[in-house]
Amino acid sequence: MTPNLVYVVVIGVLFAAGVSMLLERSLTRVLMGMILLGNGVNLLILLGSRAGAPPIVGGAPQAEMADPLPQIMILTAIVITLGMTAFLLALAYRSWAMSGHDEVQDDMEDRRIMLLAERDEGSGTDDTEEQS
Amino acid sequence: MLLLLVLHAVAALAAPLLVRIGGNRVLYGLALVPAAASGWALANTGQLRTETYPWVPHLDVSLALRLGPPAWLLLLVVGGVGAVVLAYSARYFAEGDPDLGRFAGTFLGFAGVMTGLVLSDDLIVLYVFWELTTVFSYLLIGHSPERAAARRAAMQALVVTTAGGLAMLVGFVMLGEHAGTYRWSEIAAGPLPDGGYLATAAVLILAGALSKSAIFPFSFWLPAAMAAPTPASAYLHAASMVKAGVFLIGLLGPAFDGVVAWRSVTLAAGVATMLLGGWAAMRQNDLKLVLAYGTVSQLGLLTVAFGAGSRAAALAGAALLLAHALFKAALFLVVGVIDRTTGTRDLRELSGLGRRMPAVAVTAGLAVASMAGVPPLAGFVGKEAAFAAFEQGGDLDRAVLLALVAGSGLTVAYGLRLLWGAFATKPGVPAAVPERAGPGLVAPAALLAVAGLVAGLLATPLDTVLAPWADTFGGPAYHLAHWHGPGLPVLLSVVVLAIGLSVWFGPARRGAWPEQRLPAAETAYRRVMSAVDRAAVEVTGATQRGSLPFSLGTILVVLVVIGAVTLGLGAPWPAGIRLWDSPLQLVAGSVVAVSALLAARARRRMTAMILVGVSGYGIAVIFVLHGAPDLALTQFLVETATIVMFLLVLRRLPAFFSARPLVASRVMRNVLAVGTGLAAAGMAYAAVSGRQAVPISVDFPGLAVSYGGGTNIVNVALVDIRAWDTMGEISVLVVAATGVASLIFRRDGALRGRLAEQGVPAAGPGAGWLRAGDIPEARRQSIILQVVARLLFHTIVLFSIYLLFSGHNEPGGGFAGGLVAGLALTTRYLAGGKPELNAAAPVDAGLVLGAGLLTAVGTGLAAMVAGGQVLQSALVDVHLPVLGHLHFATSVAFDIGVYLIVVGLVLEILRSLGAELDRQHEAAASDAVPQESPELPPHAPADAPPGAATASPEATPGLAKEPV
Repeated sequence: MTPNLVYVVVIGVLFAAGVSMLLERSLTRVLMGMILLGNGVNLLILLGSRAGAPPIVGGAPQAEMADPLPQIMILTAIVITLGMTAFLLALAYRSWAMSGHDEVQDDMEDRRIMLLAERDEGSGTDDTEEQS
Repeated sequence: MLLLLVLHAVAALAAPLLVRIGGNRVLYGLALVPAAASGWALANTGQLRTETYPWVPHLDVSLALRLGPPAWLLLLVVGGVGAVVLAYSARYFAEGDPDLGRFAGTFLGFAGVMTGLVLSDDLIVLYVFWELTTVFSYLLIGHSPERAAARRAAMQALVVTTAGGLAMLVGFVMLGEHAGTYRWSEIAAGPLPDGGYLATAAVLILAGALSKSAIFPFSFWLPAAMAAPTPASAYLHAASMVKAGVFLIGLLGPAFDGVVAWRSVTLAAGVATMLLGGWAAMRQNDLKLVLAYGTVSQLGLLTVAFGAGSRAAALAGAALLLAHALFKAALFLVVGVIDRTTGTRDLRELSGLGRRMPAVAVTAGLAVASMAGVPPLAGFVGKEAAFAAFEQGGDLDRAVLLALVAGSGLTVAYGLRLLWGAFATKPGVPAAVPERAGPGLVAPAALLAVAGLVAGLLATPLDTVLAPWADTFGGPAYHLAHWHGPGLPVLLSVVVLAIGLSVWFGPARRGAWPEQRLPAAETAYRRVMSAVDRAAVEVTGATQRGSLPFSLGTILVVLVVIGAVTLGLGAPWPAGIRLWDSPLQLVAGSVVAVSALLAARARRRMTAMILVGVSGYGIAVIFVLHGAPDLALTQFLVETATIVMFLLVLRRLPAFFSARPLVASRVMRNVLAVGTGLAAAGMAYAAVSGRQAVPISVDFPGLAVSYGGGTNIVNVALVDIRAWDTMGEISVLVVAATGVASLIFRRDGALRGRLAEQGVPAAGPGAGWLRAGDIPEARRQSIILQVVARLLFHTIVLFSIYLLFSGHNEPGGGFAGGLVAGLALTTRYLAGGKPELNAAAPVDAGLVLGAGLLTAVGTGLAAMVAGGQVLQSALVDVHLPVLGHLHFATSVAFDIGVYLIVVGLVLEILRSLGAELDRQHEAAASDAVPQESPELPPHAPADAPPGAATASPEATPGLAKEPV
């Protein structure tokens, strides 16, 4: 198959824009990044299939029909994205209501382990000390 | 045999409850269970029993049980000693001890898996039971979890024996593959072809066996395990579990007959353990530790006997194993009695006990005599056989014999030290005043000690039973007997006693040897554990930075690097490329790309959201141009619903994104973003060019019509060919909707209130046509909009139902129909707020979601009940009187489920992100003036947008926050 250049370029742009938003800390922005990235992936799946007439039997000869399989997979993905968007929006709102912002904070436990590593200490869970 | 295992399992599960009801006496009844195992073994003396049950046929693993001579002996010990020790526990633990039920259950569980271990014929099954004994041992050592020493000892035993066990598993697999069977009875039938492979397997299996039996250098865990209650120590760490290792050596000995590593490792490790253990036992002041190191020493002796690989040595091992189980368990129980009645086990504090507890002292004396090898006790029979086995060999055997004599001398010496320490009257030490030890405590110990005497007298019948197994080892004939007459072995026994007495009355008695433990191996264990812990901290600290952007960045860097390298090394670069299918694609693509780039740069939430939406609509146009009307329809609808959702939430959030980070990290992020974009485009380009196979969907058009009964291939596939996929998807939607509701309705009271409020009856003529008209909120809303929404609502819903049913043959289907209906509800909500929404859909969203899921699952199950596969669809033709011929596929019902779930999702979103958010802000605004609301975060009133604060100063009680 020969790829469609417009698709290839749009996929690249959607990935780049999506990633740049995904790497932010604001949860709404991360969510928008996910949506852009998701559109890029859907297009990527579509790119691998032949374009043509709608895949409805009787409308056009099968040879001129678009490949239905990628469409089926993309349809599932689109609707899942809707559910995920709703959930992340609720999460962003709750984060704002609880802490006054919707930023993703650093994990405190991970920070604690990093501090231990910097001080060259163990976690104290090896339980090998003689005295209790 | 399986019955025995089931019996143990049932008893173990019932034990906690029974003990709570019946108290300590129940343990006597429970002791019958291990006794039954022992009795069954006795009833089958001298017979070979096998049972096989299929377990994992794909891996050729079956629950193969086999009672041969070695299993018979072990089963006698495991069942018999188990029963006696459990009966002893009834008196050892205080009446009404709250932990006794747990102890009894764990103890019986251990007895059961130990029974399984000795009866297993399949190596994999044996391994499973092997590790189960480790787990139960862990639980019993850590019986008092509040004590740090117990926790540490339990963990140490677990780590050491499991590490060995894993090595053993590898060894088992190597051995099983090498021999072509996993039945040890078949493997042990004859020597296997030698080679480095077999030697490796031997060493790996030995790692497991030696660590389990606490052989040097793994010995250190056993003395620490004395933190367990004394009955558990007597049973697990003297009589049964630690014997598993030497038992395995005895089982597999014939198979490894020609392997040098097998024999040299067992002999060297065994001799070293025997001498070091005996030496350490001399230096303990805790009676229990004297016994523990004594056990380590004796396990060394057993390893030597089973590892030697000759007939006499194997018989010696078997006799010693039996003898050791009896005398060591008896001695542990005696120490338990002393500990219980005097409150101490320190031999420096005990004095004059022999006169006050003569029965206990005699019991201990009998057990020590067996340990020292005094005829005609069981210990003597075993030791005689061991001396005889090494008497006639070469230089190596003679060296081993010398070590055995020395080790046995130490055994005599620490036996004397134990008797002296426990019972002697010591000058300068006040006489201990023990509580009375009832017969319930003393009798079990005495029974075991007397059993040692009986077993010695029964040496000849024992020899007859064990002979078939002993014959599988080579070597000269030898028979166990309680008296062989004069000869070198008897002479050596006398020498051993002499050595023991002289050591004891020599330097040891004078206290020349201070208390000391085996240090080296335990230090190594600690170092290893600390090093593992440190390494874990370093690795975790280096990889888990705790920052989401960092973690995502790492993943993306890997994607970019691998993608770039692969593409650079030689992707199937295409010969040609098309610019587009139609020039319109360029227009739509440009819109998508430009709005996406602008969205990434936007600093206002609303701007970014609108640009993302435009980009999504552009994608829908691309779908249209590609020939995917279903996709385009769904994308348009989803994009619209998404925009509404964003609007509902963003009206509450600050207008701008929070402050952007440093320039450096922004540059980094942009570099990564561009890299990912290039990598994705490159991979897309190369992947499509590499596609050569015929798509599997070429048959879909035919199948859709003939099986699915529809002409819209995409929709038929969703509800038929890929129905499972759709089932998973709608489940995700239900979960997402539930998640949204639980995140927004954050208090129980609010969730209850949500259900109550939906009890509003549907709008009737008396209630007014527009539900929002009679509340103050309505003043902010347009009446015209409400009227238009009202008028359009039913038409849109009707259209959505049309889409649902026509979807099988035209663009549409459950998803699109559900989304359209959802948008109809959205219109009503946007026009009139919550009252209008409740009037339009006077049902709970959860009910709609549940009904949808039930319909979808019900369709699938109905197909199964009707004799087809789950979710298989059928074509139905019905002739109705008025409507005429009706042709439909049953998968339409599945699509109805999908429709309902999508409607439910939208309804839940509107209720949560819409109505409930309104309510929370009304409540915050009305609370802001008189008092701070404890229910809401303190900043909420301050941060609320100005619109919310001025919205409804005279909010009715119904709109204020509900009572909690």
